[in-house]
Amino acid sequence: MLSIEDVQVFYGNIRALEGVSLHVKQGEIVTLIGANGAGKSTLLKTVSGLLKPKKGRVLLEGKEIGGKAAQLIVKKGISHVPEGRRVFANMTVEENLQLGAYLRKDKEGLKQDYEKVYSLFPRLLERLKQQAGTLSGGEQQMLAMGRALMAKPRLLLLDEPSMGLAPLLVKTIFRIIEEINQAGTTILLVEQNAHLALSIAQRAYVMETGRIVLSGTSDELTSSDQVKMAYLGGH
Amino acid sequence: MAFLKKVGFFWGGIVVSLVIFAVVQFLLSNGTLDLFYENTLVYMAINIILAVSLHLIIGITGQFSIGHAGFLAVGAYASAIITMKLELPFPLALLVGGIVAALAGFVIGFPSLRLRGDYLAIATLGFGEIVRIAFLNVDYVGGASGMMVEHFTTWPWVFGCMLVTILVILNFTRSTHGRACISIREDETAADAMGINTTYYKVLAFMIGAFFAGVAGGLFAHNFYIIQPSNFGFLKSFDILIFVVLGGLGSLSGAVISAILLTVISAFLQDYPETRMIIYSLVLIIVMLYRPRGLMGTKEITSLFSRKKKSKGGAKDGQSETVA
Ligand SMILES: Nc1ncnc2c1ncn2[C@@H]1O[C@H](COP(=O)(O)OP(=O)(O)OP(=O)(O)O)[C@@H](O)[C@H]1O
Ligand SMILES: [Mg+2]
Repeated sequence: MLSIEDVQVFYGNIRALEGVSLHVKQGEIVTLIGANGAGKSTLLKTVSGLLKPKKGRVLLEGKEIGGKAAQLIVKKGISHVPEGRRVFANMTVEENLQLGAYLRKDKEGLKQDYEKVYSLFPRLLERLKQQAGTLSGGEQQMLAMGRALMAKPRLLLLDEPSMGLAPLLVKTIFRIIEEINQAGTTILLVEQNAHLALSIAQRAYVMETGRIVLSGTSDELTSSDQVKMAYLGGH
Repeated sequence: MAFLKKVGFFWGGIVVSLVIFAVVQFLLSNGTLDLFYENTLVYMAINIILAVSLHLIIGITGQFSIGHAGFLAVGAYASAIITMKLELPFPLALLVGGIVAALAGFVIGFPSLRLRGDYLAIATLGFGEIVRIAFLNVDYVGGASGMMVEHFTTWPWVFGCMLVTILVILNFTRSTHGRACISIREDETAADAMGINTTYYKVLAFMIGAFFAGVAGGLFAHNFYIIQPSNFGFLKSFDILIFVVLGGLGSLSGAVISAILLTVISAFLQDYPETRMIIYSLVLIIVMLYRPRGLMGTKEITSLFSRKKKSKGGAKDGQSETVA
């Protein structure tokens, strides 16, 4: 579905991605793990059109989307839940969700999707009129995900959904990610919590300083010594 | 229910403003209100137009523009040229003033709004000064000594323009477009990620704001027989900025209220310009101490009425954090 080929991205003169290749197949959950500053968020931003690759190609179903405008990419079915959630703080939960559906015109489908989001995140339904900035961290994460789902993505990019959340809530969020996936949305998940990420993903990539250093099925990586040492806190 | 309430506020607002208009018109025509009051009321309406138009740019879209007097000047001179040089009718002059200002807004806005950060502040600051200096040096419009303009601006005209400005900007703000603009203010990257064409909306809001500032310029020019470049200096831009900040960034009613308040204060202190600056500063300091987010915060005056009946679900919108 998505394939990234030898992509390089720069911030000014600094090369943040030094030729990254990766692919995601229809229906998969693929996770991308790696230390701080490895370039994970940079990669997601490149896919969603917030950054332009200097070299390399980003293909969605074989068509080049690298360097295209973000609104075009959302239209083509990719939604991005950015790192740190970034909800619209002074707007209500409802308005945030409406903005997620900004590009959509199909009234009927929209109605169904609001229902879907409310059933995934009943909390949001209880708090429709509340200002997003006053939600708890976990609720904001739910809102950020719900907002992205309102665009009806085929591919959902999630950037560290567990960041700053209590372990119990992290479990809930990950269960919901699996539900979203089972309902037919392909997922590319960036995570620090490698344990959990590997437990729900079929395949995984490990990134270090702007390159992919390891990849394989989740089982392979879970048992790899290198990953154990660096990311699973193991021995 | 909520819809009815909205419609109620809308028509309620229209009726209230028409009543205000009629009462003032009556008092003016039978001479109860003299020229001083008439002048103050005209300036008040012009200031409201300026405040509300800048509110759209800064308060709603979150773009820090600090040269609004530049658009006022462009509108003033363009409309004066229409009536005085080309001898065309006043309504057309107002329209042309607005359009020329909006075009100037595009020329300034497009290059600087495409980029993030403070480019717009710098560009608009420079624009305001460049416009003033340009008019200072063009003999066709009288240079430093200014341009004679006939008096066409009457209470019905300013009031009508003010009402149209408020209605257009209010409707824009409440539409999907307005929500897109607010999302840019809240978090531009997230707005981008939603598929919102952020550059388009920033430029659009900027041009609409410039348009109405240009109309205000037309009204301003035809109010007082002469316009001079010195009417449109940085201090003028600063005055307009204060309306918006004092009212509360994001609140249209706040901008209107502070425009009224400050117009009244400065009208009564006209003869004591030093005192004016002191009182102005005092008002500002007091408001910032007691209402650091401006008179109205991000709220509208209508929410004062609908508040009590609203949700028990814990929506304490007064406590929310500012992102601006
Ligand atoms: N806007 C920016 N300007 C300059 N450099 C940047 C910018 N954003 C990120 N970088 C740099 O690019 C590199 C990759 O950053 P990125 O945010 O992609 O890392 P990450 O893997 O997501 O890290 P984390 O796990 O901490 O979120 C880092 O060295 C970072 O300092
Ligand atoms: Mg990151």
